[in-house]
Amino acid sequence: MKHLLSIGDLTPGDLDQLMRLTDRFVEVSQRQIPKVPALRGKNVVWLFYEDSTRTRLSFETAAKRLSADTMTFSVGSSSVKKGESLRDTVLTIEAMGVDGIVVRHASAGVPWQIARWLEDRVSVVNAGDGWHEHPTQALLDCYTIREARGTLEGLRIGIVGDVKHSRVARSDVLAFTALGAEVVLVAPPTLLPPSLAGWPVRVSHDLDAVLPDLDIVYLLRMQRERMTEHLVPSLREYTARYGLTRRRVEAHLGDDALVMHPGPMNRGVEISAEVADLPRSVIVDQVRNGVAVRMAVLYLLLGAGAERVLDPEPDMDNALDLAPGEALTEGATR
Amino acid sequence: MPTVVVKGGRVVDAAGERVADVVVDEDGRIAAVGEDLSADRTIDAAGCVVAPGFVDLHTHLREPGQEEAETIETGARAAALGGYTCILAMPNTIPAIDHAGIVREVLELGRKAPCDVRSSGAITVGRQGEQLAPLAEMAALGVRFFTDDGAGVADGRLMRRALEYATGIQVDGRGIVLAQHCEDPVLSAGGHMHEGEWSARLGIPGQPAEAEEVMVMRDVALARLTGARVHFQHLSTARSVELVRAAKAAGIPVSCEATTHHLTLTHAACASYDPVFKVNPPLRTDEDVAAVRAGLADGTIDCIATDHAPHTQEAKEAPFDQAPPGMLGLETALALLLTELDLPLVEVLGLLSWRPAALLGVDDEHGAIAEGRPANLTVIDLEREWTVDPTALASRSRNTPYAGRTLRGKVRHTLLRGEPVVLDEEPQR
Repeated sequence: MKHLLSIGDLTPGDLDQLMRLTDRFVEVSQRQIPKVPALRGKNVVWLFYEDSTRTRLSFETAAKRLSADTMTFSVGSSSVKKGESLRDTVLTIEAMGVDGIVVRHASAGVPWQIARWLEDRVSVVNAGDGWHEHPTQALLDCYTIREARGTLEGLRIGIVGDVKHSRVARSDVLAFTALGAEVVLVAPPTLLPPSLAGWPVRVSHDLDAVLPDLDIVYLLRMQRERMTEHLVPSLREYTARYGLTRRRVEAHLGDDALVMHPGPMNRGVEISAEVADLPRSVIVDQVRNGVAVRMAVLYLLLGAGAERVLDPEPDMDNALDLAPGEALTEGATR
Repeated sequence: MPTVVVKGGRVVDAAGERVADVVVDEDGRIAAVGEDLSADRTIDAAGCVVAPGFVDLHTHLREPGQEEAETIETGARAAALGGYTCILAMPNTIPAIDHAGIVREVLELGRKAPCDVRSSGAITVGRQGEQLAPLAEMAALGVRFFTDDGAGVADGRLMRRALEYATGIQVDGRGIVLAQHCEDPVLSAGGHMHEGEWSARLGIPGQPAEAEEVMVMRDVALARLTGARVHFQHLSTARSVELVRAAKAAGIPVSCEATTHHLTLTHAACASYDPVFKVNPPLRTDEDVAAVRAGLADGTIDCIATDHAPHTQEAKEAPFDQAPPGMLGLETALALLLTELDLPLVEVLGLLSWRPAALLGVDDEHGAIAEGRPANLTVIDLEREWTVDPTALASRSRNTPYAGRTLRGKVRHTLLRGEPVVLDEEPQR
């Protein structure tokens, strides 16, 4: 695997391997000194054309725990403002000598364009492109569900809210269904994509009717500007129909059902403050697992043992170079 | 200039098909069409089709204002290589062609070009859709086609007045034509491709087919109201074709064109996220492509236009939603029709030549091979296979969506008023 652009590029087997690999990095992350030398000498660039606090911090933490070197290309202080083209920027960064580019952009497809311009010389990780995909979010969501429930097979997952503009939803639908879950999208018609042809999902406009059947309620962030686009009359009406309130949870949601959210939350809009803090809410677990999942992704794309990891019967102990302490010893040979 | 004979070809035009030589006199006019003719100079057409030169109703030449993408000279050279002897420059230059001064500049630059360059004029001042442009002033310089292409005239009342006003203007005894780029700007706002299955999957904001169709619908109504002719540019949806079919059946004075890309590509091409596939109107569905083809076959669609729209590499190397829409077309149109569509040769040539010539009102100079007429000819090798190489095109830009595609049929020679401007696939100037 050279790039991580879309969940659609991964087979169920690949997803399963990534989950198992993530187990190892969860273990690493729990060590007293959560750092291994696996990516020492590798150079990773954060190319973030769109604000992102949590995704960038999560990738940054992941890279540091793998001992990779990182550089940040910050749009505000760069030559983008001087009119440099995206392609020139990417070729400039490549010329400095990088192994991986983690890119976020407000325009769908930019990670594909970058991978094409670089002709696969550098690994590209999609950290979110427009409304399109956010594959590492889907991976951490799958991991979090698997951690809580053991498997996604046969689970019923409701994705609630602004699916139309959500890269999280597109990646999650692909990942959840690939791993055997059933997905129902719950939203007003204006917040659904213009076509769902080929999407393996059911659709509902009635959250209360759907909640009793769900194992997981996945809430999407509701952005305020959607009102000015005539997509919903008001946030108040949206919350009344689609917000996950305590009353709704108590009246309709099964006792074991989990609540998830990709963050950042609008407490009081798509999720009430009380629900966000319930024990069944695994939102903080999602953030925590995000670091381990991104370690697994970076390791898989840039690490020495990548080919061995994707072996159908991987010998994890021998494939991974995760011995503790080495990273702390200058000049240690690997 | 010396007399010329185009020798040994199969002459095809609206009058029929015959094996004949074509002799061009010293003035660049056709002196004779017949067997075993000779002249000072012989141009070999053995095994080839000799057709009237093509006429493109929809060419973006980018001059003045965006000469880094195309100039009148380079665009006209690309046209000649594609078999065109007449092209209509679209008015969305910088500044827009919206008054006599810019028309004069374009026509002046066109006089030196290896193709007969005609100018369209904008319907509204600056193509802003707010105030009627001086149509009569431009018509006095020979402008017959008016359009705000790149955008439609969104204001229905303004379009109505433009159509009414147009019925009072003539050029050499013929009425002028208002041509519309049909796109309701509110419905299409923010859309960068066709709204549907692929836009949903790719996460690219789409524009619905209905953004085009509502303006076709409105302008059919306005053509009925005013009695003025409306020409619909680059029709791309099944229902647009159906609306025009119904309007024609009802006797409403409308005509329309289709582009080669809307006949040969679908929105699935956008899955590569390569902005070379971004165009306006956008690439549509398989059903739309089939309907546009059916419209060609039954005569609903009057002609093929290229919507040749050059853009620099830099402009097309932006993210999909930031890149400008448009594709090259002049050098690939004929070969695409011959390769991809199952139409009789005479139909293909009619769609490219005499039908658009009549719509543009240049049918006294282009579109027929007959004694006494200017020798605007193209000689086509139907069997010649070639692969589209963007770097080998004469256009200053490279944004063809057909890179790497192998096509059948190529222009071997083109004669403009008797002068060979393309000989053996090579531009002569």
